[in-house]
Amino acid sequence: MFIAVAVLTIMGLTLGWGLGLAGRVFHVDSDPLVEEITAMMPGTQCGQCGFAGCTPAAEAIASGEAEVTCCPPGGKPLAQSIADKLGVTVNLDDISDVPLFAAIKRDLCTGCMRCSKVCPTDAIVGANKQIHSVISAACTGCKSCVNACPEDCIDMQPEPITLDNWAWPKPEVA
Amino acid sequence: MWFSAFRGGVHPDSFKELSSELPIKTIPLANELQVSLRQHAGSEAVPIVKVGDRVLKGQLIAKAGDGLSAPVHAPTSGTVASIQPATAAHASGMKNTVVVITVDGQDEPAPSIAMMDPFTVDRQTLAATIAQAGIVGMGGAAFPAAVKLSSATKHHIETLIINGGECEPYLTADDRLMRERADTVISGARLIQYVVDAKRVAVAIEDNKPEAIAAMEAAASGFADVDIKPVPTRYPMGSAKQMIQVVTGKEVPAGGRSSDVGVLMHNAATAYAIARAIYKGEPLISRIVTVSGAAIKTPQNIEAPIGTPIAHLIQHCGGTSEPPARIILGGPMMGMIMPNTDVTLNKGAAGVLALTSKEFSQPSESACIRCARCVDACPMGLVPLEMANHARAQDFDGADDFGLKDCILCGSCAYVCPSHIPLVHYFQYAKGEQSLRKASNRRSDYTRDLAEAKRLRKEREAEAKAAAKAAKAAKRKKAATNKAKRSVAESES
Repeated sequence: MFIAVAVLTIMGLTLGWGLGLAGRVFHVDSDPLVEEITAMMPGTQCGQCGFAGCTPAAEAIASGEAEVTCCPPGGKPLAQSIADKLGVTVNLDDISDVPLFAAIKRDLCTGCMRCSKVCPTDAIVGANKQIHSVISAACTGCKSCVNACPEDCIDMQPEPITLDNWAWPKPEVA
Repeated sequence: MWFSAFRGGVHPDSFKELSSELPIKTIPLANELQVSLRQHAGSEAVPIVKVGDRVLKGQLIAKAGDGLSAPVHAPTSGTVASIQPATAAHASGMKNTVVVITVDGQDEPAPSIAMMDPFTVDRQTLAATIAQAGIVGMGGAAFPAAVKLSSATKHHIETLIINGGECEPYLTADDRLMRERADTVISGARLIQYVVDAKRVAVAIEDNKPEAIAAMEAAASGFADVDIKPVPTRYPMGSAKQMIQVVTGKEVPAGGRSSDVGVLMHNAATAYAIARAIYKGEPLISRIVTVSGAAIKTPQNIEAPIGTPIAHLIQHCGGTSEPPARIILGGPMMGMIMPNTDVTLNKGAAGVLALTSKEFSQPSESACIRCARCVDACPMGLVPLEMANHARAQDFDGADDFGLKDCILCGSCAYVCPSHIPLVHYFQYAKGEQSLRKASNRRSDYTRDLAEAKRLRKEREAEAKAAAKAAKAAKRKKAATNKAKRSVAESES
């Protein structure tokens, strides 16, 4: 009895001391979880989540202040992978199934360049007084351009389905 | 004689006798051919002809696209009528670009270069010639053959397997090819052997094709390093991993390729096409296809140009005895259901099946009773019922943990399932979702780099602006002091 208590006490003390030491030796200033989540995010600092950028959003997600579903450009896949990382369950039903990307209505665009200036990924090409166009592969769907456009000529559209990105639908349960 | 067997597999009724005893037939050309620019795994070929151009048989009409792709050639002479979207030979029923050729009936060939003695030519040149001939795997997947060859030259290839398994029910195209044109198949095999420097060639044929085995043995008798290997009849024998295991006794590791175990495998029809491309200088512009199914009056094998409408093939097999309930391109186990008969023949289609409603049953799905028949049938040693459960719950990573990536979509599990669960459909769905997720991750990596680049550029611009402002201010200051000095000097004088 006495030996067992003694052994466990000594073990507890030694391990506690070891952990305390490790805590000092391997101390990191920032939360590694925040860094990991930041690395998963689109990184476009679009602000649609309501935070100043991706890192503040990641901090909020890590501390539980924000939902894992708060990033619209990331969509379902991002929400799912952050949820996996945090070990929480997530309800994906509220997120739009298909991500939406910017498309410029050619007949309304005046070539004012405002959208291309605010685009965080330089996905909009065009020159002054020339019709602009979106390079859809580079668009994150952050909607910064939609808010910047004075002509209201930018639509958010799903990516067209082609033979390259077509996928089998879920089997219908009979 | 075989060394080992693979686990699982099924024995579906073969229905091969419907078409196996009639010789390969050539039919009159259709009036119009629709040659798809997407008849291979990878990106669409890029057309290099214009509407109104006259094209000759074998002339290049579309060059290979970016990345994985293959060129496309005119199957006969005629005029390019249009380049337009048409229903693709694809499970989605979506459209792809086709070059429509109005056939002039002269079948005038384009000038071509046939190699008399290819074994004196260096390997890379031969591989390049095969690439230019637009040859793709003709067993169904339509993977560009030259890409497979050039990646194989980077590995040590011990055995070249020529796949004459043809394990899908109904299909007899390879069977007839090996019976009637065994010499050309063997010479194609020897060309591939030379290109990849393989020690030996094994032609594996299921033992339900004794005539093909005999014909191929006769054709291979002069070559000591070419063996004919009869293999047991069991679906999916013709699948690469299973065939390699049976012929060499080696198992391809999960996520690995045939070359990891020193094997390269090509279909018998692909070997035939390669021989034609090298010895005759003819690119891949026609293929032998089994037209079968109970709805077809005279099921048989037809050698037809690529781009021939399926309706034309069916018409020259006596037409249909009753309206088919389902049209399938490929075999019944892994082929694709076609929306109509306007779809045209492509390089990878070994069969055109017109099935009656009696030939396939579509009872409604009931709950899984956990009988584990699918586990016994799975040739890859997976647990299909668990994979399907995870896919149904949209837990695709969970399905991956049960080996979704190793699933070859052979359909053995769905074939034996007493609850008629569409297992393969679940796996297609899960695989598709996983690849969409991968694509979306690639996209966000790309946009993250772009955003970072823009941020750095903005910083540089801001710095440059600040520097310019500072320089300007300094200049102004200097000018002001000079002016002051001058005025002082003036007042002194």
